[in-house]
Amino acid sequence: MSEILLSIKDLRTWFFTDQGVAKAVDGVSFEVREGETLGVVGESGCGKTVTSLSVLGLLPQPPARIMDGSSILFEGEELIGADERRLRGLRGNEISMIFQEPMSSLNPVFSIGDQIIEVLRLHRGLDRKDARVEAARLLQEVGMAEPDRRLDDYPHQLSGGMRQRVMIAMALSCEPKLLIADEPTTALDVTIQAQILELLADLRGRYGMSVLLITHDLGVVAEVCDRVVVMYAGQVVETGDVEEIFADPQHPYTRGLLRSLPSLDVPERRLSPIPGMVPSPIDWPQGCRFRDRCDSAGDGCEAEQSLVHLGDHRAVRCWKAAAESLGGAAGS
Amino acid sequence: MVKYLLYRLVAAVPLVLGISTIIFFVMSAAPGDMVDIMIRPGMTAEVAEQLRANHGLGQPIVVRYVRWMVDTLRGDFGYSVLHGRPVLDIIRSHLPRTLILSLTALAVAFFSGIVLGTIQAIRQYSWLDSGLSVVLLFFYSMPSFWLAYMLILTFSLFARNVWEWPMWFPAAGMLGTDHEGLSFVARVADRMRFMVLPTLSLSLVLTAGIARYMRGSMLEVVRQDFVRTARAKGLPERAVVFKHALRNALLPVITLLGLYIPVLFSGTVIIEKVFAWPGMGTLLIQAIEARDYMLVMGASFFFALMVIVGNLIADVLYAVVDPRIRYE
Repeated sequence: MSEILLSIKDLRTWFFTDQGVAKAVDGVSFEVREGETLGVVGESGCGKTVTSLSVLGLLPQPPARIMDGSSILFEGEELIGADERRLRGLRGNEISMIFQEPMSSLNPVFSIGDQIIEVLRLHRGLDRKDARVEAARLLQEVGMAEPDRRLDDYPHQLSGGMRQRVMIAMALSCEPKLLIADEPTTALDVTIQAQILELLADLRGRYGMSVLLITHDLGVVAEVCDRVVVMYAGQVVETGDVEEIFADPQHPYTRGLLRSLPSLDVPERRLSPIPGMVPSPIDWPQGCRFRDRCDSAGDGCEAEQSLVHLGDHRAVRCWKAAAESLGGAAGS
Repeated sequence: MVKYLLYRLVAAVPLVLGISTIIFFVMSAAPGDMVDIMIRPGMTAEVAEQLRANHGLGQPIVVRYVRWMVDTLRGDFGYSVLHGRPVLDIIRSHLPRTLILSLTALAVAFFSGIVLGTIQAIRQYSWLDSGLSVVLLFFYSMPSFWLAYMLILTFSLFARNVWEWPMWFPAAGMLGTDHEGLSFVARVADRMRFMVLPTLSLSLVLTAGIARYMRGSMLEVVRQDFVRTARAKGLPERAVVFKHALRNALLPVITLLGLYIPVLFSGTVIIEKVFAWPGMGTLLIQAIEARDYMLVMGASFFFALMVIVGNLIADVLYAVVDPRIRYE
């Protein structure tokens, strides 16, 4: 088993708003190992983006606050409470991030070349001329034709897919150990999605980096991830290898997500969406947070659920599933 | 871009002529003419009529208008009765004085407005933000001529005579009486001292408006995704705000430049009068009082031209800062 690169333990990121305290991330733990792609899946509002922004300390504080007892270790170094200088040294350098909206994630008034060169000069100390050569090489790397000419283009001159390639080039510029990709393909059309995913998988291999892929799209997870973390209502509800999750989902929420995917093998099957909506983070339900939407809820679900480990990589936050999986009464 | 600029310059010609035409008829509609002002005790009605005829005032207004228009189109702005010199000559000596005052005020207003607005935005809801808001609203609500008198009272009169501060500023004029005898550096300092109060009077009101606008613009920009990208790159906060956010926040503020230039020049007319600054504003008011038609027309013509050129510069600046703007 390879080394652990990023270890998040009991992360609680709360927002203190006028309406109340929104516990957007409420006790999340998971690990990213070297060289692996970990998918974090869940509906909008489940806390996956807040988790990823917490890693780099990119949330505005206030209103956000990372609560005491939370821990984020990167190569064994605690990032929570680390000073701003140290975090800046990591951002864009050892941990890079790409975002959902390639249309708005690039600065419209600077050329894409300038925006890549900026990172190269900041972290790698290249002079302007070398940085420009390197920026062109990076654009080539992410599959852009005529990179030398493209450097002087402005974001509005590029398509969404091209802009996301630029974001990726920028993220790769310092050969990061960890790439956090927050819904990198959501805003793109399907054929471009496939190209970007392929590019990410290819670059991960070449750069030997780990990828933390945040998505709501299980199709994307199946395609590129090694392991999966399923989040619901600010908590991790299930983890496992990608094959296990797809072949044998344990948590009723995971099963629900899979049932709401169209299938090519069984085309006549009707899609069944999960009823209801994600509850408000200001007022999570008591007991099992998924209870109100769960088709197998019953006695025992009104208790607070804890994450039960079922094996090396597997864990589930559902006493029923745990009990069945561990055989009989063991998991109450 | 060059083609666009040429087009705009050509389009400016009918605009300036149109403005001048309106001013021509408004001036003609004003009661009295320059001869009424020249009338002295003992002057007979015949002599006055003769004077009117000499100045071409006896003719119907349409004839006068056509003659004036033809002369203007030939670049002949006529002769000032008040100064006894060609209008163009007078404007040539007064225009630079107005330009130096108004451009300095414009630069001061935009620089301070942008800086203050940015500070307010990055310290939103702090005491500094609220304090600046109150102070700026105070100046914004103030007519500039009244502000001018208050500045004179404070920094000229009281500072010199009552509080006896070592530093006070002249209340009127453009140069000290000993100006010619001074060294180069002292001459520059002398000029600057005379400019302080009129510049402040002109710029403070504008500063307040620009700062307010800048604050709002900046607050909107810092919420944008690309600002988060800049932070995720590991840039220091200073670079995030003053490079990535500022340049975007400036875009709407540049449109203010076009809007404020007419405000600035109309302010100049009054402020020059208050501070006895011998520029275009003072010239125009004197000309209007004396019904010196040719001088009024000439001065207005150049004011209109300055506003149009100012707006053109604002448009060009807009394209320079925002690569998405392309003029065809």
